[in-house]
Order: sequence, then C-alpha cells, then structure tokens
Amino acid sequence: MEWVNAVVQGTLLGGLYALFAAGLSLIFGVMRLVNIAHGDLIVLGAYLGLSVTTLLGLHPIAALIVVVPAMALIGYILQRGILNQTLGKDILPPLLVTFGLSVIIQNALLETYSADPQKMNAGALETASVSIGSLSLGLLPVLTFGIAIVVIASLQWMFYRTSLGRAFRATSDNQEIAQLMGLNRRHIFGLAMALALGVTAIAGIMLGIRTSFDPSIGGGRLIFGFEAVIIGGLGNLWGTLIGGVILGVAQTIGAKIDPGWQLLAGHIAFLVILAVRPNGLFPRINE
Amino acid sequence: MPEPILKLNSLDAFYGDFQALYGVDLEVSEGEVLAIIGANGAGKTTLMRSISGLTQNASDMVKYRGGSIGALRADQVAAQGIALVPEGRQLFPSLSVEENLMIGGQMGRKGPWSLKAVYTLFPILQERRNQQSTSLSGGQQQMVAIGRALMANPDLILFDEISLGLAPIIIKDIYAALPGIIGEGMSALIVEQDITKALSVSSRFYCLQEGRVSLNGASATAAREDISRAYFGVE
Repeated sequence: MEWVNAVVQGTLLGGLYALFAAGLSLIFGVMRLVNIAHGDLIVLGAYLGLSVTTLLGLHPIAALIVVVPAMALIGYILQRGILNQTLGKDILPPLLVTFGLSVIIQNALLETYSADPQKMNAGALETASVSIGSLSLGLLPVLTFGIAIVVIASLQWMFYRTSLGRAFRATSDNQEIAQLMGLNRRHIFGLAMALALGVTAIAGIMLGIRTSFDPSIGGGRLIFGFEAVIIGGLGNLWGTLIGGVILGVAQTIGAKIDPGWQLLAGHIAFLVILAVRPNGLFPRINE
Repeated sequence: MPEPILKLNSLDAFYGDFQALYGVDLEVSEGEVLAIIGANGAGKTTLMRSISGLTQNASDMVKYRGGSIGALRADQVAAQGIALVPEGRQLFPSLSVEENLMIGGQMGRKGPWSLKAVYTLFPILQERRNQQSTSLSGGQQQMVAIGRALMANPDLILFDEISLGLAPIIIKDIYAALPGIIGEGMSALIVEQDITKALSVSSRFYCLQEGRVSLNGASATAAREDISRAYFGVE
C-alpha cells in the first residue's frame, strides 16, 4: 500500500512538473527557442504571486487573476523587445541571451526580495486532504494536477482548433510563407511567449504554495521541465504531462527507497528513457 | 491606358549578396495578365520576392496603387492585396488542406473567394479537406497553393512557376482553371518557363535575362526568334 501511495503522490507531483514544462514545450514548438531562463521565470511568477498576496491580501489562487496577465505582458514585451532579435539560423544566440536573462532575473529577485526562503500562505488548502480508500490525498496536489490537465487540454484545443493555433503552427512550419498569409511572425512569436509565460505564472504560483522558494531555485525547475518535455517527446503536449508524471513517480519511488535518492531517481529515469527512446515516448503526433 | 496597379521603377534587387535584378521597369494594368519569362537564374523568383515583400528594397522601387511598398514586410504587402503562389507550393505540413486554405483567408479581406468558391473551382479539395496537405499529389498540392492565395481575395496575384514539377495533364488542368480565377477583375503576374503556356494566357510579356528586361511586348504578336534571342542571349 505504501508503494501505491508513492505512485499516486508521484503522479500528482507530475502535474506540477507538467506545468513547469508546458510553457517550455510551447515556446520550443512554435519558434524553436530553447529558453534557459524558463526556471527563473517560474520563480519570478512565484514572487509576483507573493507580492500580490501580501499587497492586496488575496489568496494565492485568486492572485492568478493578476499574475497571469502580468506575466503574459512581460512575455510579449520580452519577445518583441529582445528575443525576436536573437532568432535566426544560428541556435546559439537565443541560448546565450536567455542564459544571460536567467542571471539577470535571479539577481534582480535577490536584490528585491533577498535570499531568504519565502512561501505563500494558502490557508486551509495547504493541509486539506481527501481520503480514497486507505489513501489520503492532499487537496493541493490534486488541485495542481487538475489545473495541469485543464491547462494542457486548453493549450491542445487552442493549438488545433483556433485560428491563433493555426497561425502558431503555420509560422512554426515556414516563417516566410506565413508572412505571405499576412501573419507578422514577430507578433505571433510575441503572442506565443505571452501564452507560455501565462502558463508559467500558474506553475510559479502552484510551486510557491507547495514549497518554499528563493531566487536560486530556478535552475532545478528548468531541469525538471526539460526532462518532462523530453521524456514525453518534443512538441507533444499530452506527452509532456505523461513525462511529468513519469518524472514525479520516479522521484517519489526513489525517495521511498532512500530519501537521498529522490532527485537521482528522477534523473536516472530520464536518462534511461533517453537511452531507449531518444525522441521521447510520444514524439510529435499530428492530429 | 488605365492607371497601372503595379509599377516597378528601376528595381535593383539582391539574392543574398548577389545582385539579381538591375534596373527593372515594369507595369501591370488593372485586370491585366502579365507573363514573366526567362531562363533559370534570370531573376524571376527574385522579382516575385521583391514584389511580395519577402525581399525588401528601396521603398519607391515598387509602387502599388500609387503607394510605395518596396520596403514593406511581406505581411504588410499581403494586407494590401497582393498574394503569391510560391514556387514549389510550400504548403504548411502541420495544417490540413482546409486549414491551409483558411489561413490564406485569415486577413479577412472582402471579395468573391471563400472556402466554398475554392471548393467549387477544385472539387477534389473538398473531398480531401481533412487530410494532411503533404499527403496530396503534386497537382492537388498546387491547387491548395492557388486556393490559399485566392482566399486572401487579392487584387494582384503572383504565380511563381506553377507548372514546375507537375505532369503535363495536370498543367493543362491548372491552366484551364486560370481564366476562371483571373476573370474576376484580378490582375496577375505569371512566372513560367514554358513560353508557349505563358504567352497563351497573358496579354503582354516581359523577358528577363541576367537580371535585366531583354524584351517586352504583346503576347499575341511576339516573334519566336526575338524571344529566343531575348531568352538565351544569343545573337
């Protein structure tokens, strides 16, 4: 039963990892941009959530109403102002620029909020639980997992059923021809980054309710996000959720064997899958 | 003579670092079909790219309806009513046939062309509407590429090598459909290597040779010897 519990808890943790990964996957899918600053943007989302909850006295979940649009706006400006200039045939400039961005965000957070670990207070939500048989599930992980499913289903719907999604796919396929259709790729990329950072804001707030955070933890979240994306298969959003779940389950099972093995077990699972299926479990499937 | 819809004023254009066009002057009148002929490397595709904004030039080198569009981006040029059927079709592989057509119409310009009108012109596309565009035959892909450009309801449509790589029977079908396409008062520029085809659908032609206009005139009265000379540059 303990093992069943570990698998279930790991699955729910996977929801959080899928939220880390969804924005990363979206950005890579639309503009082939590998965003090294993604983890720090998640942490930025958590800090913005913290500021909103303390300044306005809102519950962290309610703070999403402010933080999601704020992060989306930051994303659009970031893309139009800086990242669009780095995109081209060479893949190195976006890597270098987002790496620099990562350093800048970390230090700006350090200056503003200090290095002390912070946590958002979500009141009863943090400790509430539901019992299913002999399993006891925290309400917060269940909620996080539910949000991850809703976010991924919405992104999937947006990608394959709306004119914006069509524009994203067309621009990703062939930027020049997309321009001929009257699509300004700089604007389309701005919208993609806005959407990605909107999702990142949700990830940051769920992270900030679950655990304490400080400005230096972005790198670790980036790794989890990358691993989830790659396990699932690049460009496949549902695969990203499954990738997150596999990573989460591997971590909780590792922790069950020995608490020191939590992170190691996750990385080992990732490496094994990478060795066996270099393209991930579910490489891009066109509907 | 009516006011030209498109006018090139001594257009110099580059293909990468290489100058592909030297002082090209050209006019398209409202409703006119113009053929551009020339050998490989004569600058035909660069000409298409320059008009559609994929290659940006000095602003007043390309005039459209009196405005200078030479320096505009391709999406801005498209919004003004110029559509390009690119060489090699270049459909979006991630999009279905119908989505390829719909994205062509995403600017919402008013006009006679809609999904329904395109399906009436090319009924086979309606049958195949939910397929991946890359699963179609070359001729059907060309129909999608033409339909996609028409969906923008352009005033000027550019065809770049629409018969390249297609079977003769398909080429015949596509050329048979052309009058129905251009009949609606649309102006057209047709780039074509098949000189006979190009002259048969156009009222006037321009021949390019090594980036310069080597001959132009009325398609009906063009002498083959003159064209050969202008095309190949042999005396």
